[in-house]
Amino acid sequence: MKKEQVRIGFYVCHCGHNIASVVDCKAVAEYVAKLPGVVVSRDYKYMCSDPGQELIINDIKEHKLNRIVVASCSPLLHEHTFRTATEKGGLNPFLCQMVNIREHNSWVHTDREAATLKAKELARAAVHRVMFHRELETKKVPITPAVMVVGGGIAGIHAALTLANAGKKVYLVEREPTIGGHMAKFDKTFPTLDCAACILTPKMSEVASHPNITLWTYSEVVKVEGFVGNYKITVKHKPRYIIEDLCVGCGECINKCVYKDPRFPDEFNEGLGKRKPIYLPFPQATPQVVLIDPEVCLKLKTGKCKQTCLEGCQDRKAIDFNQKERFSEVQVGAVIIATGFKTFDAKRIPQYGYGKYPNVFTALEVERMVNASGPTNGHVVLRDGREPKSIGIIHCVGSRDKKTNKYCSRVCCMYSLKLAHLLKEHTNAEVYNFYIDMRTPGKAYEEFYDKLLNEGVHFIRGRVGEVTDWAYAPGEEGKLVIRVEDTLAGFVRRIPVDMVVLATGLEPQPDAADVQRMFNMSCGSEGFFLERHPKLAPVNTFTDGIFLAGCCQGPKDIPDTVAQAGAAAAEALVLIDKGFIEQEPNTAFVREEDCSGCKSCISLCPYSAITFNETKKKAEINEALCKGCGTCVASCPSGSIVQRLFEDEEIFSEIEGLLVDSANGKNFAGQSSGEKRAEVMAK
Amino acid sequence: MKYCYYPGCSVKGTGRAYEESLLAVLNALGIEYEELEDWNCCGATAYMAMDEIKSCVLAARNIALAEKAGYTEIMAPCSACYLVLNKSLRYMESSKPVAETVNKALATANLKISKKIKVRHPLDIILNDYGLDRLKKAVKRPLKEFKVAPYYGCQIIRPYSTFDDQYNPTSMDKILTALGATVVEFPLKTRCCGSSLTGTLPEPGLLCAYIILREALRRGANVISTGCSLCQFNLDGYHDKIEKKWEPVRIPTLYFTQLIGLALGIDEQTLGIHRCIVPLSATIGQPVNS
Repeated sequence: MKKEQVRIGFYVCHCGHNIASVVDCKAVAEYVAKLPGVVVSRDYKYMCSDPGQELIINDIKEHKLNRIVVASCSPLLHEHTFRTATEKGGLNPFLCQMVNIREHNSWVHTDREAATLKAKELARAAVHRVMFHRELETKKVPITPAVMVVGGGIAGIHAALTLANAGKKVYLVEREPTIGGHMAKFDKTFPTLDCAACILTPKMSEVASHPNITLWTYSEVVKVEGFVGNYKITVKHKPRYIIEDLCVGCGECINKCVYKDPRFPDEFNEGLGKRKPIYLPFPQATPQVVLIDPEVCLKLKTGKCKQTCLEGCQDRKAIDFNQKERFSEVQVGAVIIATGFKTFDAKRIPQYGYGKYPNVFTALEVERMVNASGPTNGHVVLRDGREPKSIGIIHCVGSRDKKTNKYCSRVCCMYSLKLAHLLKEHTNAEVYNFYIDMRTPGKAYEEFYDKLLNEGVHFIRGRVGEVTDWAYAPGEEGKLVIRVEDTLAGFVRRIPVDMVVLATGLEPQPDAADVQRMFNMSCGSEGFFLERHPKLAPVNTFTDGIFLAGCCQGPKDIPDTVAQAGAAAAEALVLIDKGFIEQEPNTAFVREEDCSGCKSCISLCPYSAITFNETKKKAEINEALCKGCGTCVASCPSGSIVQRLFEDEEIFSEIEGLLVDSANGKNFAGQSSGEKRAEVMAK
Repeated sequence: MKYCYYPGCSVKGTGRAYEESLLAVLNALGIEYEELEDWNCCGATAYMAMDEIKSCVLAARNIALAEKAGYTEIMAPCSACYLVLNKSLRYMESSKPVAETVNKALATANLKISKKIKVRHPLDIILNDYGLDRLKKAVKRPLKEFKVAPYYGCQIIRPYSTFDDQYNPTSMDKILTALGATVVEFPLKTRCCGSSLTGTLPEPGLLCAYIILREALRRGANVISTGCSLCQFNLDGYHDKIEKKWEPVRIPTLYFTQLIGLALGIDEQTLGIHRCIVPLSATIGQPVNS
């Protein structure tokens, strides 16, 4: 393949101290200079800087270079930079090859001599490889200019509205019967104490009425096919036994239900309230469409019911007991995942007594209780109806704990402060906060904490050992006793209270792993979806065209969630607004003369890019669909599939370069690197 | 399968009634066991505090003896023995240097630890190997008048909760219920009994015991059930001092094996019930005699 004389320029980057502190860059440059084909070999402090790139551009012109090798960081970060520099110098960008001597070398090694040797070997491999590179062209593939947003909490709502307002088509999919997510359950929001519903519901109704948004509630994504720019997504619509277009949300059916009183646990109120089999989750539910719970509806469960709900609905005829699940299939260019979180199950910490002592509540339950539209109309009461005179709020339940979740859930300190304020306001009870550390690092958060300190709320520093009902001192009779080591005072306290509130942490959704597989994302060790880069690509995933927003990526409060949702919308917009994507040319093709027509590659292709040409009896690869994963190349029994940028000569030459020291004049026959490494180690 | 019975020192001394009742119950249920020959101290408390490795070696010798004799499971009724034997195994498993040091020491006596050998508590064996269904069938005299506070103490479930929950253990509750007894809700089931503090620093030590005894009475219990000889000793042996300092909290503390024995119809003498300082008759109306 070496048609012309190969003239290689080699550049090794110090990356400040990142590489140079472990790898002797000068020695690497001097070594590579001696390799066959290398015309220029330099080391430079920051290759990615403008002067660094200029070096490449000028050398190409001055020394008539036709191949470039840059040894620096991961190609994920700067491959684009150096390919562009190569192009500016007048060469095809794919004649450039990168060597990762930072993440794969200097950051993970401490032995300078061995690391320098490794850098030389990796550079040598790249020099051997790049000889066989050829000019390649990127392809432009058109994009479907629509976005799907999965999850209709505040993250999904904000992302959907941002995109819709930019004139893009949005499909918002929510599995619950209404959008609003957790935020719709909150009473007030910290630190401003503005009413959650007052700021959320306008956005909810905007979603419902926006001409660019198709809102699918009570629906779930079940299948994802395709790739960035052209995803084909199947959505399942669960039957709500109501024809959505006909229901106006008047609630007459609910009034007329044969069950005169609500008697089934109300999910929206965390089970504290009751609802009927036909219900609207909450007054501002969006869409304003009722639904029927088939588990408890007499008609759906037993077939026997007077069906008085039909009388309520009258001529609208919106009730349809025969509704079945339906499926929709849509094409979108990008997807924003905003599937949110679940709260920690407090029963997993049995020593706090949730589920055992009736007056131990979760924060979300109390959140519903202080809410005017909640199960108690805003009255904070114990399970027996009494008003609590003392309340203990336990922080970090399921957070910062080796036995449950190691991470900090970030929002609990602040929502505990908010609840402390609201509980004091509602009941005038003595309120105790039991905390490990107060974490209030947000705008006006510390000030809010300070305000609470002055409101007479008690703060006791220490992780609570247990909540128990055994009384030791006379004042403890009939109370819940919180046992805690007060780490400021230095002794163990017993605080008797009427009510315990557990500030439960945030966890990934129970089916996060399924969603992760479906959208081909990654998860961190705690189960939240992984962003592509924690700092510089916080809303991207490792799959192009899939973006993240909100708590599915990690615990965060409402301001951060909205900011991230806006960022995700912007990233999606950048992608789909261009109208096309440039595809890497590293696609595979079939050399027809060698293909035996065995079809083994067809079923292996994860992107369904391979078809069988029945006339020619050969496999054919649709290069618009091929993502360059290489599976078919490796599996082809006759070796008839070739992948650009990963052709046999390139790979074999790279391996040869890695294994054989060609700089010692013996030309592929010298001491092997293994021997050399052993020699270095022996020192 | 025959269990290797490792008694440890306490059930041969202050906790004699534990051994008496345990063996009587095992015999009655047909659970086979054999006492380990030439066993030695488990390496508990004092050794553990001074030198963990030496303590491990002591414990390991017992395990190695059992291994050499071909046993696969050791039954350790004393909860301190149960813990130290398990702890030694875990240390050796998690640390190569510890394993090497211990095996080196064992080698001087021609012993070694290689295969997996399990150390188990009789609670675990009766609940999970023998089974509740069979136990229920074996009951001859249900413990109808017994309102039991199930008291586990610390070492059976902490730090290693191998067969029960660390915070709310229920294995003894299940066994007692199967015997026909009423189990009272007892939130102090894993609270400290005072341990060896009752001997060294009596004030806080006895307070621990007092709290447990008082709460058991307040919960309506007429007997406390335990699976640890030190717990039994602390809860049963200091009533005079506790009475002087606080108030009388007289409630008998029995080994769970004694309660099983009573339900199986074994006589009190065989079960060592007469060794209790607070007699069973203190709270149970009719003395149970065969």
